[in-house]
Amino acid sequence: MIAADAPKPDSILPQVEASRARADALFRLKSAGTWLVVIGLVLVGLWATDNIDTAFIAEWGPFIFGGAGLTILVSVVSIFFATILALIGAMGRLSRNPYLNGVAALYVSLVRGTPLIVQIYFIYLALPQVGIVLPAIPSGIIALSFNYGAYMTEIFRAGIQAVPQGQREAAESLGMPERLVMRRIVLPQALRIVIPAIGNDFVAMLKDSSLVSILAVEELLFRSQLVGRQNFRSLETLLIAAAIYWILTITFSYFQQRLERRMARGDR
Amino acid sequence: MTVEPSEAPHLGEVIVDARGIEKYFGRNHVLKGIDLKVRRRQAVMLIGRSGSGKTTLIRCLNFLEEPTMGSVEIDGLRVEADPLHANTRARREQIRQIRLRTGMLFQEFNLFPHMSVLANCIEAPMRVRGVPEAEAVATAGRLLEKVGLADKRDEYPERLSGGQKQRVAIARAMCMEPKVLMFDEPTSALDPELVGEVLTVMEELAHEGTTMIVVTHEMHFAREAADTVVYMDEGRIIEAGPPEQVLGDPEDERTKTFLHRFLSSFADREHAHDPGT
Ligand SMILES: Nc1ncnc2c1ncn2[C@@H]1O[C@H](COP(=O)(O)OP(=O)(O)OP(=O)(O)O)[C@@H](O)[C@H]1O
Ligand SMILES: [Mg+2]
Repeated sequence: MIAADAPKPDSILPQVEASRARADALFRLKSAGTWLVVIGLVLVGLWATDNIDTAFIAEWGPFIFGGAGLTILVSVVSIFFATILALIGAMGRLSRNPYLNGVAALYVSLVRGTPLIVQIYFIYLALPQVGIVLPAIPSGIIALSFNYGAYMTEIFRAGIQAVPQGQREAAESLGMPERLVMRRIVLPQALRIVIPAIGNDFVAMLKDSSLVSILAVEELLFRSQLVGRQNFRSLETLLIAAAIYWILTITFSYFQQRLERRMARGDR
Repeated sequence: MTVEPSEAPHLGEVIVDARGIEKYFGRNHVLKGIDLKVRRRQAVMLIGRSGSGKTTLIRCLNFLEEPTMGSVEIDGLRVEADPLHANTRARREQIRQIRLRTGMLFQEFNLFPHMSVLANCIEAPMRVRGVPEAEAVATAGRLLEKVGLADKRDEYPERLSGGQKQRVAIARAMCMEPKVLMFDEPTSALDPELVGEVLTVMEELAHEGTTMIVVTHEMHFAREAADTVVYMDEGRIIEAGPPEQVLGDPEDERTKTFLHRFLSSFADREHAHDPGT
């Protein structure tokens, strides 16, 4: 039995909704506030104890920031070539031809079995001994593309395999030859599946591109090290570099999320 | 056993001629010597218990499944089984030619989700058969009209109902002008209320004289649309003939049992839906 004066369930639904929304908003606000407070405390602490030289930061910040351009350039070019390598690699890994398959498997194994820093040194310092001399920036780009291409090969392979078998069968039943099935039916769908993974790899690439600083490529980390060592102010310069990397990755991740959401919604 | 309707003056020459088809999945002997002939304008319905090999058989006819032994001839092109998996380029091309002569419809529709309805329909005609775009679009438009979906040509498959998807798939297959259409339980993935619209289209095709082979559990449809009903059991064709005979007065015990069980389970289902209980 329902008491006569009990509120109808319908009428309190909007209130419940509103109060839940308020609680959610408050939670997000507190969580974001925590970031500001922690970061603020650390910075103010360093400043108050005279461990950080703000005038130095103001003087050299712009110079270090100038390295961000090269960081982005190296990352974008490398992810581009890595994607192409990965596509070829995945085709090889899925090929029925044992030689293509072998070459692709060797590539992936070799790259995954050795450190990226060794690969970078190898291209810049070891190849000249056999007569292949490459400038620093192309060396860095080749090493990063080569390395990421191998990891992405496996991602692409998984993406291609994730396209339902029925898609291939339908295309083949229409008389499409193998290559056409791959190019027109499988790859477009596989690409959609792997786009989030490519985004993640790009964020990783932004950070790993700092490794090419060992070739004296004047990107973010190199500039911050250059200034920091000369002036014994590595705390400031590394803070600057870290902050810029952080902002770059957060910004990119934000756009990536939006892209993913749009793709999930859209019908293409 | 060869399927040959005895008195059928409206049928044309032999389009599908499968001989001695055997299929093993590992040690599992799934098709045990199937001979099947289908003539132009003939509608053949394949019925039988789950696991009797119906799907495997029609997939062998266009080599989505490699028969272990036997041969398939479609419209004059014969391709032998390839038990040693030689898998040569020449043979792959022959299989492609077989597929150009056949259209295949799947339980799960398998429309290309990244293409519009129209693009689904003109992709293969343009890129495989080299049909000029204007002509491919015109043909697709005509066939979409035929399946009642002319207004959906710019939609993406995601936005269609199951019944609409299957009808697009039928139009897509027909755009390649195959000699024979093969259906594997085209309505079994559909909600009950959407089954009718697909069967109506198929029935119309059958009455117009489209050559087709249909694996189905829809007995009413089989009775209406079939020239020939083929009953399969354990990888063999047990009985074949006009629907009145195979469905109405089967000779073989196994066919009788199957139909009896099938019809009674169907009656149970009807009963369960009865609001009175
Ligand atoms: N890809 C496969 N690998 C191994 N065994 C298979 C495969 N496909 C089918 N089979 C086996 O072959 C037999 C026949 O299967 P098939 O799918 O042809 O039957 P069906 O008559 O279509 O049944 P249903 O009415 O359930 O669709 C079954 O025993 C099944 O387990
Ligand atoms: Mg089946």
